[in-house]
Amino acid sequence: MENTYDVIILGGGAAGLTAGIYLSRAKVKTLILNEGMVGGQMVLTYEIANYPGIEQTSGFQLSMTMKKQAESFGCEIKQNVQITNIDISGKEKKITVGEETYISKSIIIATGGRSRNLNVEGEETFKGKGISYCATCDGDFYTGQDIIVVGGGNSALEEAVSLTKYASSVTVVHQFDHFQAFEHAVEVAQSNEKINFIMESTIDGFYGDEKLKYVNIKNLKTGEVYKKEIEGVFIFIGYMANSEKIKEQVAVNQYGEIMADKNMATNVSGVFVAGDVREKKIRQITTAVGDGAIAAVNAIEFVQN
Amino acid sequence: MLMTNLEHVETAAQHQEVIENNENVMICAGRMGPMCIPVYAAMEELREEYPNVKFMDMDFDSPEAHVIRNAPECAGFMGLPFTMYYKNGKVVKATTSIQMKEQVKAILDEFFA
Repeated sequence: MENTYDVIILGGGAAGLTAGIYLSRAKVKTLILNEGMVGGQMVLTYEIANYPGIEQTSGFQLSMTMKKQAESFGCEIKQNVQITNIDISGKEKKITVGEETYISKSIIIATGGRSRNLNVEGEETFKGKGISYCATCDGDFYTGQDIIVVGGGNSALEEAVSLTKYASSVTVVHQFDHFQAFEHAVEVAQSNEKINFIMESTIDGFYGDEKLKYVNIKNLKTGEVYKKEIEGVFIFIGYMANSEKIKEQVAVNQYGEIMADKNMATNVSGVFVAGDVREKKIRQITTAVGDGAIAAVNAIEFVQN
Repeated sequence: MLMTNLEHVETAAQHQEVIENNENVMICAGRMGPMCIPVYAAMEELREEYPNVKFMDMDFDSPEAHVIRNAPECAGFMGLPFTMYYKNGKVVKATTSIQMKEQVKAILDEFFA
């Protein structure tokens, strides 16, 4: 049947594409269904300098190469689709996309993650008008201005340092009294004269007219809220798992991340997981690729047995 | 030069000609960056679905892109890409920063249906 596959992969980021390469190369009939553009969060990375074997590339180029590789082995890829229903309860796994239903023996969930928003007043209104999620894209709009970076992880501190190339000053606003970033990243940020810190605080709202004019900063220890005039805020507060459509059917942790064993097998027979949607500590392209390969090999074994 | 499969607007004069000679035009001015690439990809995919719309891009850093960078509709824009929607030569909508395919479709349906 046309819509019947051995394995369907949900998600076409680094993990999903790697699984697609391994499965198709093993002559396993494979379909990748991706709700956005193939590449996932990889596409959102300007420069990749730590992917082994490739000295320097962009996330877009690496994604396109992986896609081409998967397709060259016969993997079918449908991107920008809207998945309307997922049923993994039976022996036959059924994925509905609009009027079409795709059936497979095994599923690999590789739906990835997405940037976390603050979800406070004005955030949507001032996106691109004072609020940014990409320092390399929008940093130069803030040349000579005072800006805020929200977050305390590696991304936040590394981007804060990179933004000092443009901004007069960078204020890092972080909710805890310590950083989650690696010690080296903290040291580099703390030793930069243009960077100062507001700890145990968060942004409570964004306000302005055509552009962002000021934010309200809330001290999480005292509850005090005060106004700070600012034209630019960059938000880097981590990622969340894209598991909303499937988390009722598979075991997840308190953050909605899908739990798996060392073979990337979930608690549902024939259902595997790979990449950032999985419960794990280190989220890198390299770790997603590793997950994708392991999930694929175990899915092959499942299908053939 | 933008590495997309879209037609490129390269000069201000060409920009004027395109919006004057086509009823519905969408032009995305950006770089090959993470916030811009998904918009180009959405446009490439929507071409078939909206044959009544001319989809083009423009290099944001080209001096000629002042026609978009300095457009009054883009005042206050601080995020790439700047995306313009023209009907009969007039701007009907402008957006800043990344837009998902569904957001682009909603605008096309509202103004170019």
